[in-house]
Amino acid sequence: MSEAILSIKDLKVNYGGIEAVKGISFDVPEGSIVTLIGANGAGKSSTLRTVAGLVKPKSGIIQFKGEDITGKSSIDIVKRGITLVPEGRRIFPDLTVLENLKIGAYLRKDDLKEDIEWVYSLFPRLKEREWQAGGTLSGGEQQMLAVGRALMSRPKLMMMDEPSLGLAPIVVRDIFKIIREINKKGVTILLIEQNANMALQTADYGYVLETGRIGLSGTGAELLANEDVKKAYLGT
Amino acid sequence: MQALIPYIINGISAGGQYALIAIGYTLVYGILRLINFAHGDVFMVAGLVMVYATTSMPLYLSIPLVLIVTVVLGFSIERVAYKPLRSAPRMSLMISAIGVSYLIQNLAFYLTGGLAQPVTKPIPWISDMITIFGASTKRVTVVTPVLTLLLVVVLVYLIKKTKIGMGMRAAAKDFETAQLMGVKINSVISFTFVVGSFLAAVGAILYFTNYPSVGITSGSLPGLRAFVAAVFGGIGSIPGAVVGAFIIGLCEELIKGLGYSTFSDAFTFALLIIVLCVKPTGIFGEKVTDKV
Repeated sequence: MSEAILSIKDLKVNYGGIEAVKGISFDVPEGSIVTLIGANGAGKSSTLRTVAGLVKPKSGIIQFKGEDITGKSSIDIVKRGITLVPEGRRIFPDLTVLENLKIGAYLRKDDLKEDIEWVYSLFPRLKEREWQAGGTLSGGEQQMLAVGRALMSRPKLMMMDEPSLGLAPIVVRDIFKIIREINKKGVTILLIEQNANMALQTADYGYVLETGRIGLSGTGAELLANEDVKKAYLGT
Repeated sequence: MQALIPYIINGISAGGQYALIAIGYTLVYGILRLINFAHGDVFMVAGLVMVYATTSMPLYLSIPLVLIVTVVLGFSIERVAYKPLRSAPRMSLMISAIGVSYLIQNLAFYLTGGLAQPVTKPIPWISDMITIFGASTKRVTVVTPVLTLLLVVVLVYLIKKTKIGMGMRAAAKDFETAQLMGVKINSVISFTFVVGSFLAAVGAILYFTNYPSVGITSGSLPGLRAFVAAVFGGIGSIPGAVVGAFIIGLCEELIKGLGYSTFSDAFTFALLIIVLCVKPTGIFGEKVTDKV
């Protein structure tokens, strides 16, 4: 494995009075797709939200490209090249599609034309709807917009919180295809999913999170073949 | 009809003044979901500063001073009384706002000795008498609606076309996601208070030019009327605040013109009750969606 771009050591996070993450450690190698799978309440979202700077951890260390970024503000985190595609897409309903993309690049001062063209080439549907308000898009289109918006900050690491949530299977396949395409452009991806099957097929490496702790880990193919994973998460 | 013309002119003018205050309410509500009860008092302070400044220094200094002091006051109120309560329940924020309102009034009482300060040196040119449609009035009556609309156009441009405007619109919907995009929530909120206070200061200069004096509660009634206007138009909506303000200004003056001066405020507040009962979102109001 290549060097870790994101490295988490013994991270503990309290959320709503309970310890949601109970000391987890894992690495995300540069240029890879890594997935955290696990049931509801396993602490997946809390982990991502902590990395993104929305939640302060109780203890532990988060390193990005060798630098300690534990407890930094979300603005500082975005500046360093980490972006989060939040759960439930959270696009801005009143802003147009184009404005939603532009706000993804809020901290950038250079020309956005090229990036907007790139996002439109990934998601041609967004170009057709450029002037529509974000809130009028379908669920799948909103997810595309959320991914496109995240890309506008030119991230080195893109974290995605349940991108398949509430989407039709065919749309999910499209989204995952594009995730791989984005990854090929050199963006490292940390993906959390309840849809373990799709996530493990896409990921180079996976971790199974169980009530705040990491249980199993392995390459996507290994985990897909693992009997326990099959039983608990794949329903086969 | 001829007899009503001065009232119509006054009504449009009052509407412009209310609009300048109402925008402050609506902007702050849009982003913090807070009724900034101190806003009327900020307006009053602007009036007081104008009285003091115009008597002691030339116009080119006094007017900028009024604007700057008011803006700094609005900015500081947010930093001191609202920012520490960012994650507190909304009720705490509202109580803090009420506290600030009384604090400002009491400080003003202390400074003025409780006496209404007469407007001894009204701003020239806009306080000259002119005659339009056979009605004689101060020039400020005509200047007010024009200036108001001009400022509204600039404001709408600011919100629709600039980067900070986009940040404001995003933060108004979803603090957390806006933060993820790198929007500095605190700067955006401060900016909102700066804009609101600036408009209130302009409103105060126009309003008190037409008044004999500024007292410590001079901000309460115009503030309340502007608040009703903002609710009537749909709180959170800028066009709503402007349209609401002109409607209320016109109705009040027309009621006076028909000889029922005593009831003009009763009408305004009855209107508030009716709007809240029948259409709580106001004319232009958006559907109420709580921020998650």
